[in-house]
Amino acid sequence: MKRVFVNEKWCLGCHLCEYNCAFANSGVDDMVKALKGKQINPRIQVEGDNNINFAVSCRHCAEPLCVKGCITGALSVKDGVINLDSEKCVGCFTCVVSCPYGAIMPGDNGKVAQKCELCLNNSCGEPACVTGCPNNAIVYEERG
Amino acid sequence: MSEYVIIGNSAAAIGTVEGIRRKDKDGEIVLISNEPHFTYSRPLISYLLWGKTDLQRMKYRSDDFYDKNKVTALLGETVVKIDKNEKTVKTQSGKVINYNKLMVATGSRPFVPPMKGLEKVKNKFSFMTLDDALSLEKAIDKSSRVLIIGAGLIGLKCAEGIFDKVASISVVDLADRILPSILDENASGIMQEYLEKKGITFYLNNSAKEFEESSAVLNDSTKIDFDILVVAVGVRPNTELLKEAGAEVDRGVIIDEKCATSLDDIYCAGDCSQGFDLTQNDKRILALLPNAYMQGNCAGKNMAGEAAEYNVCIHMNAMGMFGYHIVSAGSYDGESYTVRDGENYKRLFYKDNVLKGFIIMGDIRRAGIYTDLIRKQTPLSEIDFELIKEKPQLLAFSKSARENKLAKIER
Repeated sequence: MKRVFVNEKWCLGCHLCEYNCAFANSGVDDMVKALKGKQINPRIQVEGDNNINFAVSCRHCAEPLCVKGCITGALSVKDGVINLDSEKCVGCFTCVVSCPYGAIMPGDNGKVAQKCELCLNNSCGEPACVTGCPNNAIVYEERG
Repeated sequence: MSEYVIIGNSAAAIGTVEGIRRKDKDGEIVLISNEPHFTYSRPLISYLLWGKTDLQRMKYRSDDFYDKNKVTALLGETVVKIDKNEKTVKTQSGKVINYNKLMVATGSRPFVPPMKGLEKVKNKFSFMTLDDALSLEKAIDKSSRVLIIGAGLIGLKCAEGIFDKVASISVVDLADRILPSILDENASGIMQEYLEKKGITFYLNNSAKEFEESSAVLNDSTKIDFDILVVAVGVRPNTELLKEAGAEVDRGVIIDEKCATSLDDIYCAGDCSQGFDLTQNDKRILALLPNAYMQGNCAGKNMAGEAAEYNVCIHMNAMGMFGYHIVSAGSYDGESYTVRDGENYKRLFYKDNVLKGFIIMGDIRRAGIYTDLIRKQTPLSEIDFELIKEKPQLLAFSKSARENKLAKIER
């Protein structure tokens, strides 16, 4: 299955992936309307200091601790992709304390969690963070 | 002969089904539960009363779960005996079911200590099962004065669940602070203050000396009038079936790293089991839903012949009270590092070059990075401890550790 992988040495720390993620998951057609003047809460997060930058998003683990620990059954795996059913989620955030990557987080209203679903459940169809990355610092591919 | 019999229908039992079905797609599974309900999430009963979920959404798995996994579910049946020689379980209604491999995931039950006059109280409840929650919901109304005995997780989640539906809530506990099992003194104090501002009244370092039908007199002679009493003092593991069958039982049923009991072909998982606790270096009951699932899942794999071990049990908890979140993990042992900034509180515990535990309230983002350090016992000398103290971040790891995490597939 294809996953998002990070090429740390190519990351400029431009945060474009975060904006593209927030836009892709906003459900709004216009990027300006979706993001301008708003505090974004993207599912991919750029970390770093003056020298090193890299983006972190869900690894879609083969043995996902978030799914196994989910108290509601809101998290499930379908064809290798970890999905969150926000109708079932009650925002207990057991997943937040379970994820080794810090890649699942409280959503905008703080009431349910949110996570990367590889843009397979929004209108993009493939990860918007990768499509918009100017430097191949994140890629979407199969790796053995 | 059924290939697999599972006693229980909550997280550990479902984890077992999913563990078995990874390898064995067809072997007959019979699941027996004394509750008449489709599998549901026990911790959601407070969210149900609060209106944050409903009976459909609180199901732990989708409606087709038993069918899809070829599980014969006997709901509303109580197992009364395990015969390890005949390899059978017997139910109260007289059914005798053979097993090749057996999972006992019987959970725990509320503990109600002897309290003087308790029998005079008509409106008294436990808060553990869906039926408990539904009967409590029927009994309360806007004029109800509720007294809760127990300021632990169950008592306080109950308080949150019914808060909007009742007139007042008082909570009594023998301990001198709230949530003593998951919080330190500072955090208990912060949370108590927050809940008192919400309108919950606490009587700590105190206990009910005597009950009348609708009042209680505490040890310090305070009298509390109430309409509804909830007893949430603690739980006891349901170990009787395995004890009678001859399994090694301490406080819980002793299990090994395969989640097997001391008896052949019998496994145990969840709140009734006592397995290895990594940060305590000792066998403990860790009555937590994620733990129950993972133990069940590990046992299920072994039952189907796929070798699996689960030896990274740690205490781990996430809970919110009215939107104020607490996460904690590990044990509170060793030196500590504490930061408090308004509603945000964080304390990290470390010893012998590893992170032992943490408590975070408020800004809980990315706390799982800390949990992973505890679980993997990562030497703190291999990471930038100053950076990770500041906030959970992968920048604190070496370049190669980060590459393993972000440029490879997790194994």
